[in-house]
Amino acid sequence: MVETRQLSVKNGDVLVLVGTMKGTFMLRSNAARSRWEMGGPHHPGHAVYALAFDQREGRRRIWAGPGTEHWGSMLSSSDDFGHTWTKPESALIRFPEDTGTNLKRIWQIRPGPVDEPQTLYCGVEPAALFESLDGGESWSLMRGLWNHPHREKWMPGGGGLCLHTILPDPAGRPRLTVAVSAAGVYRSDDGGHTWQVRNHGVRAEFLPDKYPEFGQCVHKIVHHPSNPDRLFLQNHWGLYRSDNGGDSWKDIANGVPSDFGFAMSMHPHDPDTVYILPIESDLFRCTPDARLRVYRTRDGGASWESLENGLPQKDAFETVLRDGMDVDRLNPAGVYFGTRSGQVWASPNGGHSWSAIAAGLPPVLCVRAVVVGDPSKVRVPKPAKAKRASASSAKRAAKPKRVGGAKAKHATKQKRAGGAKARKRK
Amino acid sequence: MSVLVHIPGYLRDFTGHLTRVSLDEGPRTVREALQELWTRHPGVRDRVMTETGEVRLHVNVFVGGESIRWTGGLDTPLPSGAEISIVPAVSGGSRR
Repeated sequence: MVETRQLSVKNGDVLVLVGTMKGTFMLRSNAARSRWEMGGPHHPGHAVYALAFDQREGRRRIWAGPGTEHWGSMLSSSDDFGHTWTKPESALIRFPEDTGTNLKRIWQIRPGPVDEPQTLYCGVEPAALFESLDGGESWSLMRGLWNHPHREKWMPGGGGLCLHTILPDPAGRPRLTVAVSAAGVYRSDDGGHTWQVRNHGVRAEFLPDKYPEFGQCVHKIVHHPSNPDRLFLQNHWGLYRSDNGGDSWKDIANGVPSDFGFAMSMHPHDPDTVYILPIESDLFRCTPDARLRVYRTRDGGASWESLENGLPQKDAFETVLRDGMDVDRLNPAGVYFGTRSGQVWASPNGGHSWSAIAAGLPPVLCVRAVVVGDPSKVRVPKPAKAKRASASSAKRAAKPKRVGGAKAKHATKQKRAGGAKARKRK
Repeated sequence: MSVLVHIPGYLRDFTGHLTRVSLDEGPRTVREALQELWTRHPGVRDRVMTETGEVRLHVNVFVGGESIRWTGGLDTPLPSGAEISIVPAVSGGSRR
């Protein structure tokens, strides 16, 4: 039987939680994020599509949604960084009897807003949203979305008919935004009682009507707490931004090698900075040109730049799934992603340079990066052996917003040359 | 006569590590036997059954050497002294 390696985690540590096809792994470092140790596997033999960390009210609680094809999917949590896990006798996420529906998979676990410390959300397959108002002790199906008249016509995407993204509103409004593959974006402005579709302007390349009311295959949406009405969207073909909470969307695929992809992460401190990991196409789901590149915009999608320092630029036929990338909240921010080939890559400087912090893992399904304790109280040491050039670059990375300059010109040039849209329509 | 239920390794966390559970009340069908098993060891139920009350697709339940899929499902009658085995199917591996 496999032995689980345990980590000793303390305040100020950075923890990268990695859900894989065969269990949960944890990578721990101090704030320098230069040396990592790995713990796990937890939930050995289980596919872990969803992980979350809840630090509200002084908790140190990791949530996981391990599942097997044999015994089903169950929520489980740990208050001691994986030394022990709950094994509830009854499944916490259960469809009510009258729905005649069985849970297939847990796709997303999301703590609610800070001012609602007992609220959590869970997105599942078949597409539905569950809510807990008692810190995860009990859960109930959110009937407002379940009873939406569109739901019976939702079609599954390649990963299944899943509700994979939940964005609670950080501004204190009773707003909740979710993404469903393949249905699109839905938003509630009354705490989940009623829901409105929010897909205007988002293309459905695979349907006869390219701009239907619903049916879009949205892969990921993100927003920033300081500007929650600005949303970014990685679509099944298409990169979009909304400045009105999803009421309308505009194309921002300006200078990316492909606007197909899954993963998308928001910079923790700059609402104009977003990271994506383009994929060649829906047919060939590998990194374009066999180069592993993260793309970053620092101007809200007006331009994108390639981040590849330290990443393999030859024979890298990689795929990163929709929850396979995340950022920590230190300054400079750490960026992390895991591949289906079982590698985990990290950048401690906002994407300027990368190194592999794990390899040989089972296929990575999700990555969650957390700073244990209050990130604003953690001092990030300067790199010990920083060369002059990389130190100045790291300083630039710490100031993520930058308009103009050579890279912006390069992006503009790429845009003129056609970029993703031209590739897609070849 | 009692009915004996064989518990697979995965589920023994929920039976107090018992490998077999003896049901002395003489259940007449598999459904009655499993209901009695859930009463004694409630953690087993949601691992074996779906919310809609079916045995999970990749879990097999045998009475003797015969899968209940071919003998009447949960309503399969239990002869005196029957042995029930709950077994993870060899199917169920993921394509991903």
